[in-house]
Amino acid sequence: MKALIFTAVFGIFLMLAGLFIKRQGALRILAVLGMAAAFVLNLTDFSLYGTQATALFHDMLSVTRFGILFSAVVLGCTLVYLLLSGKDLGRIGHYTGEYYALIFFIVCGIMVAATFGNLLMLFLAIEIMSIPQYILAGSDKHNLKSNEASLKYFLMGAFSTGFLLMGIALLYGATGSFEIREMQLVGDMLDPMALGGIVLIAFALSFKVSAAPFHFWTPDVYDGAPTAVTSFISTIVKVGGFVAFIRLFHVAFGNPEVGNYWTTVLAIITAATLLIGNITAVFQQSVKRMLAYSSISQAGFMLFAVLAMNALAGEGILLYAAAYSLATIGCFAILLKMKDYTYDGYNGLARKQPLLALVHTIFLFSLVGIPATAGFLAKYFVLSAAVSAGGLLWLVILAVCCAAVSAFYYFRLIWAMYFKEGNAEVEEAEITPRFKGMLVVTAVLVILLGIWPGLILMWM
Amino acid sequence: MMTVLLILVPLICGLITFLLSDKAARAWAFVSAVATLLISAGCAWIFMQDPASLTLDVPWIAQLGARFHVGLDSLAAILCLLTGIAYPVTFLSCWKHPFARSSQFYGLMLLMQAGLMGVFCSLDALLFYGFWELVIIPSYFLCSIWGGKKRIAVTFKFFVYTFFGSLLMLIGIIYLYFQTPGAHSFSWEAFKSLQVDPAAQRWLFWLFFAAFAIKIPVFPFHTWQPDTYEQAPTPVTMILSAVMVKMGLFGVIRWLIPVLPEGVQYWQHFVMILCVIGIVYASCIALMQTDLKRLFAYSSIAHMGLMSAVVFSGTEVGTQGVLIQMFNHGIIILGLWVVVEAIEQKLETRDITALGGLATRSPRLAIALFLVCLGNIGLPLTSGFVGEFMMFTGLYQYSAWMMAVAGLAIILVAIYILRMLQRVIYGEVNALTEKVQDLRVHEWLALAVVVGLIVLVGIYPKPLLDFLHQTTETLLAFIPVP
Repeated sequence: MKALIFTAVFGIFLMLAGLFIKRQGALRILAVLGMAAAFVLNLTDFSLYGTQATALFHDMLSVTRFGILFSAVVLGCTLVYLLLSGKDLGRIGHYTGEYYALIFFIVCGIMVAATFGNLLMLFLAIEIMSIPQYILAGSDKHNLKSNEASLKYFLMGAFSTGFLLMGIALLYGATGSFEIREMQLVGDMLDPMALGGIVLIAFALSFKVSAAPFHFWTPDVYDGAPTAVTSFISTIVKVGGFVAFIRLFHVAFGNPEVGNYWTTVLAIITAATLLIGNITAVFQQSVKRMLAYSSISQAGFMLFAVLAMNALAGEGILLYAAAYSLATIGCFAILLKMKDYTYDGYNGLARKQPLLALVHTIFLFSLVGIPATAGFLAKYFVLSAAVSAGGLLWLVILAVCCAAVSAFYYFRLIWAMYFKEGNAEVEEAEITPRFKGMLVVTAVLVILLGIWPGLILMWM
Repeated sequence: MMTVLLILVPLICGLITFLLSDKAARAWAFVSAVATLLISAGCAWIFMQDPASLTLDVPWIAQLGARFHVGLDSLAAILCLLTGIAYPVTFLSCWKHPFARSSQFYGLMLLMQAGLMGVFCSLDALLFYGFWELVIIPSYFLCSIWGGKKRIAVTFKFFVYTFFGSLLMLIGIIYLYFQTPGAHSFSWEAFKSLQVDPAAQRWLFWLFFAAFAIKIPVFPFHTWQPDTYEQAPTPVTMILSAVMVKMGLFGVIRWLIPVLPEGVQYWQHFVMILCVIGIVYASCIALMQTDLKRLFAYSSIAHMGLMSAVVFSGTEVGTQGVLIQMFNHGIIILGLWVVVEAIEQKLETRDITALGGLATRSPRLAIALFLVCLGNIGLPLTSGFVGEFMMFTGLYQYSAWMMAVAGLAIILVAIYILRMLQRVIYGEVNALTEKVQDLRVHEWLALAVVVGLIVLVGIYPKPLLDFLHQTTETLLAFIPVP
């Protein structure tokens, strides 16, 4: 777990470096190099951990190959994010070093979430992920909406953290342990205290991944936060929440008899998330807000990986994390260069910036789930995990109907870019060859994963 | 290996087309289309000698057991050939059509061809699904960018319809995949040898058939079709109606009947009634049309309805008729659209009532239209007759009253096509048609190919029938003969 330690230390280092280095460019390069180093360090861990969990730090962490692979996906996507939108992140305010440092802390939190072995570590992971987000959401200090987003996020987040702690306490009362592997909850001895704990934790984590009906903060926070921040918190951090969800529920509550209790609740949450996310997204006029609702609907699909307790679900969330993060980060990177955030602002983009329109279309295809893009196989894996788990066919059919609805709001952007006349205004000076090149690399990754998912899955 | 070339050549040539100048793109696309035609003819030739050599099977997604497995049976070989013929004819007919940004137009057309070929060649369900979807994407852009006035809304309707259908099919594929024994597999062989619980087959049938019925289109899933045919640029309409809608029937023949025989048996009668209703309904509406494109669109629904009704009948002669008609209908409808494209290019209208007297002003166009229309009616000695006769015989064997109702269509098609001919070719020359020029060389060439095939197959259909016999036999093993 060198990368875990490295990101924590490097975050502190960046914060201090921000005091001395005043040039944004230098700080950005430092951050990119740091993230690349973390990625490489993480790669060296592959040979050390297998499918059997290895306990580290007095059983606080329980590391498996899945955890390392998930960390690799998160580090890789963050690297792409820093390369695409790092400049915009650094320009939000005066504290460039701090913004980058907070990103490193969040990534560190996600890596803990991917490897925790103890409920206390789960709590720490969620907090390490959340607190920097509250700061980042409010980083545009002079913007009222940004402040509102930060406060709203903080209050809601604190509230759900309370739920999480109460749930953990109840579970401890019922089982006498914080270790997720030692809990071994069994169906017939499931007392109300343990059940209450499970439900409270499920609610708290649903808050974090913005599953309906706990999603009300999401549109306002994602819309109010600076766009460069939204790009990060709506993608990588969200999948970080999912990995915590999946590990806890599959390892600690994975017994089929226990599963019977919570899968019904979670299936209803999933159905609500899919319906609310997709239907509300149809009515949005701002692309940023549409992407916020789209992140809710995509969360609905990722919940399938929590619901289905099998190997396919694990592979599915890995692919989904990469597919969803890459495509959405790409969409936001282009959105950041637009002067007008409404759909009409994209009118005629294909004439003016053919390359931008093309890669944007690939990202949108991936989000809809068109074959030959990563999004299709990601959806395929999570849905087939649910089918193979059994009993969820109705939900799968609902999800498929929602995917057809989602085509509407994603394709509206394609209409605007390709079929409508207009003069899409972009920050011309910002569209550098380097930026375009990075977008193309991201788009190629999206297609490559769609044709050959082995790129990630072969490491399992 | 040849089969892979069928997909790769249009794919690679299509991608290259995007980089070319508009002028070069046209010639390049035509060369690519001819090359693909030669490859598909070569495939059909090799198929007669040594079918096994056309199969390629390599691992693709190891985690799922999905394989890149392509190969041909006799129907697939014929449909690949049809796709191969349709593209050069289409490109010839629109040779002088000034498309804005034509490099993109031709690039997308070729990508669509790659998808179509892939659908016909795939022997792996996941691969099939991938290509099935990939056909929609280029056609979505083609119709939305170069289409008529209402193109955006109409094309989106088309897209959502087909996308929704194929997602349902995806669920069906996933379900069947988990039924396969051992390490799960998507291969056609594995799906075919499944013994799915008959009760499950009944609802699984609809997951698959929804996708196919929308594509064919079977009444009442047809509402996207007339609008899309009308709004799409005519070269795209050619490909949609000549080849793409055949994907639906092909899906039924390849993936539905052999995989879910009991489901098919259970719903057979119901689906056939739907199809027969569709035949009569579409023919009646066709009677009222004054727009050439809409007229042929409804005529196409009626013809496709007859084919899908008979494919479920389980009779040998009928099935044989459907297979040959899939090819012939593709060629005939291609000819109709070539004429529409020529008329629209010259006169900038498709309104039947505005036309008249073309026989005196442009005799070659009139003769070609006349011959193609005879094929569409199904007159003896044209290719339309062979298939239609066999299909009606099959339908009669299944149920006499169904044949009687569907037979109304023979009368109706004669009425609306002959009336259209009368108005367009004969009648008074008016101010609009006064100065019309006759066919130009490229249009003449395109029509010559079409008319030649119509007459040739009409007079001597035996080689084609013999060629298709293999698929008929495989199919009849799965569907109960009444």
